Amino acid sequence: MLSFIARRIGTILLTMLCLTLVVFFLVNLEPNLKKLAISQTEMHTPPEQLESWLVNHGYRQNFFVRYGHWLGVLKMEPIVDPATGKASQRFSFCNDPAEPAYSGVLQGNFGCSTKFKTTVAAKLFPALRATGILMFWVLVVMVPVSLLIGILAGMREGSRTDRVLSVASIATTATPEYVSGVIFTVIFASWLGWLNGSAASAAQGITFYNFTLPVITLAIYGIGYIARMTRASMVEVMTQQYIRTARLKGLSFSNVVVKHALRNALIAPFTVIMLQFPWLLTGVVIVETMFRYQGFGYTLVEAAGNNDIDLLLGCSLVSVFIVLITQLISDVGYAYLNPRIRVQ
Amino acid sequence: MQIEYIGAFNIVIGVLVRFWPVWLALAIVLGASFAYKKRLGLYGQLFDSSVGIAGVVICLFWLFTAIFASTVAPFDPLAQIPVMKDALPGAIEPASKGVFLFGGDKLARDIFSRMVYGSQIVLIIAPAATGFALMVGITLGLPAGYYGGKIDTVLSFLANLVLAFPVILLFYLLVTPGIMDTPIPYAMAGLFFLFPIIFFCALFWTRYKNRPDRLYLLLGLTLVIGGWIYAGLVFDADPLRIVHIDPNQLNIFVAVVFASSPGVFRIVRGLTMDIKTRDYVAAAQTRGETPWYIMLWEILPNARGPLIVDACLRIGYTTILLGTLGYFGLGLAPESPDWGTAIKDASRLLRSFIHPALPPTIALMSFVLGLNLLADSLREQSMKD
Repeated sequence: MLSFIARRIGTILLTMLCLTLVVFFLVNLEPNLKKLAISQTEMHTPPEQLESWLVNHGYRQNFFVRYGHWLGVLKMEPIVDPATGKASQRFSFCNDPAEPAYSGVLQGNFGCSTKFKTTVAAKLFPALRATGILMFWVLVVMVPVSLLIGILAGMREGSRTDRVLSVASIATTATPEYVSGVIFTVIFASWLGWLNGSAASAAQGITFYNFTLPVITLAIYGIGYIARMTRASMVEVMTQQYIRTARLKGLSFSNVVVKHALRNALIAPFTVIMLQFPWLLTGVVIVETMFRYQGFGYTLVEAAGNNDIDLLLGCSLVSVFIVLITQLISDVGYAYLNPRIRVQ
Repeated sequence: MQIEYIGAFNIVIGVLVRFWPVWLALAIVLGASFAYKKRLGLYGQLFDSSVGIAGVVICLFWLFTAIFASTVAPFDPLAQIPVMKDALPGAIEPASKGVFLFGGDKLARDIFSRMVYGSQIVLIIAPAATGFALMVGITLGLPAGYYGGKIDTVLSFLANLVLAFPVILLFYLLVTPGIMDTPIPYAMAGLFFLFPIIFFCALFWTRYKNRPDRLYLLLGLTLVIGGWIYAGLVFDADPLRIVHIDPNQLNIFVAVVFASSPGVFRIVRGLTMDIKTRDYVAAAQTRGETPWYIMLWEILPNARGPLIVDACLRIGYTTILLGTLGYFGLGLAPESPDWGTAIKDASRLLRSFIHPALPPTIALMSFVLGLNLLADSLREQSMKD
């Protein structure tokens, strides 16, 4: 088991290395660098000055050297002004080293955000915290509701309850966040006026009034999917021999469901819930943009829109890490929950 | 100037009347399907359940709407008629006496016509991109599952690499105006669009290797038609000027194929690993068939059930992805009538007007719902066999 996890973590590190290299390549394409230089200098700057801005801030060094700097395996050289010969920081707003030093992700330095004029860490971690709160409430709503729907539907396959709930869960999987968000806002904010259509005030304090819409919008898409998986798993369990045996020895139906079926039926949904995280990440971006909640998704959109290289790299690192870690947890947890599966 | 309105009842009637070519086509197709149900195989069986009928009707409805868009839509989707800015549903346009059935948006365009034309964009890109993703996934997934070993390790690692990217980040990196100045989208298009040609060549080669008359005809046809479309799509150099795609649409297309082919790859690989242990594959191996013959003519036909279901779901998923792209204003032109862009424009103004938001959201939802119902019913039917 331990060697399995060690091997998986090795793969994860390799994947992260490859992916950050790809992201690094894409954000450093010539048009993107131009865009960055234009947004960082004043309006109507002539092309030569744009070029000198890029040179002065170290964007014209060799691609792999710069990737090494970012990663922290190469020494970051300060920018030396050719006129005075004095070494200076790349960006004054974050404490770049003024003398050669290893200063990259491996040393815990995520770099400078050019858009927000601060260090990436100062921007990224509060945003992650905000998104973590959102995710927590989403899971609190999503998991019990979807498991309940799935179990009720799968308990008696083909019954009226089953058909109604199945069609309802198909309908929610057909409703992406930007659709359900608009519909909920129209109904609950514009029409009934019960809830706030913006979560911007949630930064000061989370209330039922400003936080419900983002949470249900994000939860509703996952509910259908998890419910269908739970239903499939429940249906399969209910046809097993041991359920029939339990029924034949005279246990009541509810007793059979709760004591014999549930435990085995909940193994598959666990995996599915874990694998929902990558999708939730995309949903988070949509919902945070739509409801103006300043979390991870909002930061990612800002970083991508302004080609904020270090911040975007930080965001990709975090999201890829979340995706891969949840996969690992789902695999390990599956093996742990299901004694028939033993990891070789 | 005072704008006159028609009542809610007249709006409903007006919408139903505008869709007349769609109703006609639906009636013909459904009538024919019911009449020849027994002979239509899997498609005919769909009409045995209400879920299946609902799925088919919704999908066909949007298909015919896309085909007859120019007849159904009363106005040009891009035309702006200033007096109709933010007009409420049912407003009568003074000049032509035409009715803005669902009102006008903030740029004074007819929402109904935009919704109808939006279906065209979705129904061209989503199925086509899914088709290409299927080709890529099948061509790579079959050998990965069949041979296993190094090929499998490398291809699976690459697939997991793409799958580990959150889709939205991938789109923000791949679908930007700047990237069109670099050769990346064209290189990716050149790579992906090669797969259908490879696939069909391998398909015909393995089957008709010993029958040169059939083989050369089919191979020639594949290369001519495939090469023609390839030249048109990748190099925009179609000699007849029929196959043409806008650079930004090509960019979206490539990004969507790139994002969804690893999923197909994983499914095909899993199915292949399962099917290759069957007796008929062992029989074919004993007969001395080549590996590619076994993959393409023994394994693939037996994997078609789950693949068809997955393709249905995937078209819906691609529609959602296209909507996401539109919602973030990536790739598609800002005035494009597609549903995602319309939802984005409308959702910013929800505080003042809600009517522009509803038609595109309901359209997108119903189309994806139709595809999901279709997939669900297909799955149930194929389980019965």
